[in-house]
Amino acid sequence: MKAAPTHAAAAAEFLKDSERSHWHDETLWHVRSKRDVSAQKIPEWEQLRTLASQIKDHVLSNLDNLLLQFEKKAQANGIEVLWAKDAQEHNEHVLRILEENQVKQLVKSKSILTEECGLNHFLEDKGYDVVDTDLGERIIQFNKQVPSHIVMPAIHLKKKEIGDIFHEHLGTDAGADDPKYLTEAARQHLRQKFIQAHAAITGVNFGIAETGGFVVCTNEGNADMGTHLADIHIACMGIEKLIPRAADLGVYLRLLARSATGQSITNYTSHFHRPRKGKKMYLILVDNGRTKQLGREDFRNSLKCIRCGACMNTCPIYRRSSGFSYNSTVPGPIGSILSPGMDLNKHSTLPFASTLCGSCSDVCPVKINIHEQLYKWRQVITKEGPPQVSKRWAMRFGGQVMSKPRLFELMGKMARKSLSISPRGFVYNSFNAWGKHRELPEVPKETFKDWYRKNRNHDK
Amino acid sequence: MTSKESILAAIQANKPDLLPLPEQPEFPYDNNLTEQFRQSLALNGGEAREAKSFNDVTDYLETHFRNSQMIVSLSEKVSGNFDVNMADDPRELEHVELAILEGEWGVAENAAIWLPEEKLHHRALPFIAQHLIVLLKKDRLLGNMHEVYTRINVEGPGYGVFIAGPSKTADIEQSLVIGAHGPRSMTVFLMD
Repeated sequence: MKAAPTHAAAAAEFLKDSERSHWHDETLWHVRSKRDVSAQKIPEWEQLRTLASQIKDHVLSNLDNLLLQFEKKAQANGIEVLWAKDAQEHNEHVLRILEENQVKQLVKSKSILTEECGLNHFLEDKGYDVVDTDLGERIIQFNKQVPSHIVMPAIHLKKKEIGDIFHEHLGTDAGADDPKYLTEAARQHLRQKFIQAHAAITGVNFGIAETGGFVVCTNEGNADMGTHLADIHIACMGIEKLIPRAADLGVYLRLLARSATGQSITNYTSHFHRPRKGKKMYLILVDNGRTKQLGREDFRNSLKCIRCGACMNTCPIYRRSSGFSYNSTVPGPIGSILSPGMDLNKHSTLPFASTLCGSCSDVCPVKINIHEQLYKWRQVITKEGPPQVSKRWAMRFGGQVMSKPRLFELMGKMARKSLSISPRGFVYNSFNAWGKHRELPEVPKETFKDWYRKNRNHDK
Repeated sequence: MTSKESILAAIQANKPDLLPLPEQPEFPYDNNLTEQFRQSLALNGGEAREAKSFNDVTDYLETHFRNSQMIVSLSEKVSGNFDVNMADDPRELEHVELAILEGEWGVAENAAIWLPEEKLHHRALPFIAQHLIVLLKKDRLLGNMHEVYTRINVEGPGYGVFIAGPSKTADIEQSLVIGAHGPRSMTVFLMD
């Protein structure tokens, strides 16, 4: 198997197109700014974040009992509940349901979990035509890509490119790139798919333990269009998506959309408790590594995530390197603390894709200490992960120099001298990653120590 | 061991000591609910209008939907021209031009209107219609989401939804487009 590219290598690829990376950076920062405006309108914002975090603390400490309560209520309401240890079992459940009900056509609304499980490819291999109905997801599905952002899946594409994709797949006018025109074309195309679908697959934003129901949030209304027209509804839910009480939705719904895009709420917040008369509703509860993460004390809090994407929009690395550079279903800061728990080797460079500035933790609506966990993963990876030879040598050398004051002084003197007389090409080359897009600071004429020695005598 | 048993066993082995569940909060809110609702709805892409009587609604329909072939009204006070009982299958609602519904509660902070299943006839109705009108009594306005969850019983209906605006997307270069899959407009009449 080909090794996954490091985050730095994949980011370098994205940065080649500087106009696009600049646009990406600005666009996401704009979304982050809208989040700020929206959050600042709520005087109790910080209290809400604390509450949301505490409620999830309770959930994680009582997850087994809450899941049992949830299952019992859901079953009593006529929902068939299935459990899946891993992605494979989840996908097999879905396939079995489709086969049992002789489903031919199916539509899907956004679900990061099904991305994580690779459901689309699994079903396509079995001959199913899976139609993603979220506009952004449909675009990238046509383009044979995965989402580059969990809330804005096609944020890496420009409208010109989307126009070309639609021209090829939907027959829109060549060169047409007006978002309104393109959206209308997708609307007409997907309406037909909704009308024809036998089954609809959705994700779950919140499962309510006390009532056995679940909540799905969208702006487009695609989850509802799918589920209310099709005979079969399959909802896929990570076990950590549970909340104890319906009233807890008051806390989370006030935080979710404001954190995600600055909206006060998504235009549709649907509460499912029972199937339509004569129809079927299935709910698949998926572990796929979550119980393991629960056992890692330092990283447990990452399971509080409600998938708003705020940490991505604010992250100086994500904004400049785009979602694909992470090579992980959930990219950005939260992905960088979740994914190493799933596959430490594959994702070993992600916790280093951060300046540790802490902005992710500051905007997180459930107060996950993301930047602290990034730092902790670095320690785990340095001990247990794949060897990073150049980094190890550099660290060993640095350690030697810094532990010996005389050697440190000598090396400093040599560096100051050589930097000031070296030709540019000698300093700025491929060995100096730091100097790629930056100038080194001006070399000081003397050290602080020299300066202090001189000036202390003056004062006396 | 079934998957359920093994997942539960893994949780029991890995979960931390029990942490308390906090009480539900109450937060004060602005008194001018009508104005706040109007502003919130506008931000979501919808429009709020104040109506003294149902005549105001009928006048509006006369101006904006005079030629519509398929209007479904679930309000007794406003008449449509298509009887929703005629549609056994929600797919038959494909060509509904306008749906007129009665909201149960409205939330001023975000313009979310609670519509339980019994107010929809078909769950698909408010999504499949090209345009949506919701009638809401002003005395059914509440301040925030905490308030509304104390008033509703989410598991009473098999399905219930907060609708806060028309169907919208910004998936192409973050440009807002109204009318992604569902209604291309949402008008809320706040009734005296």
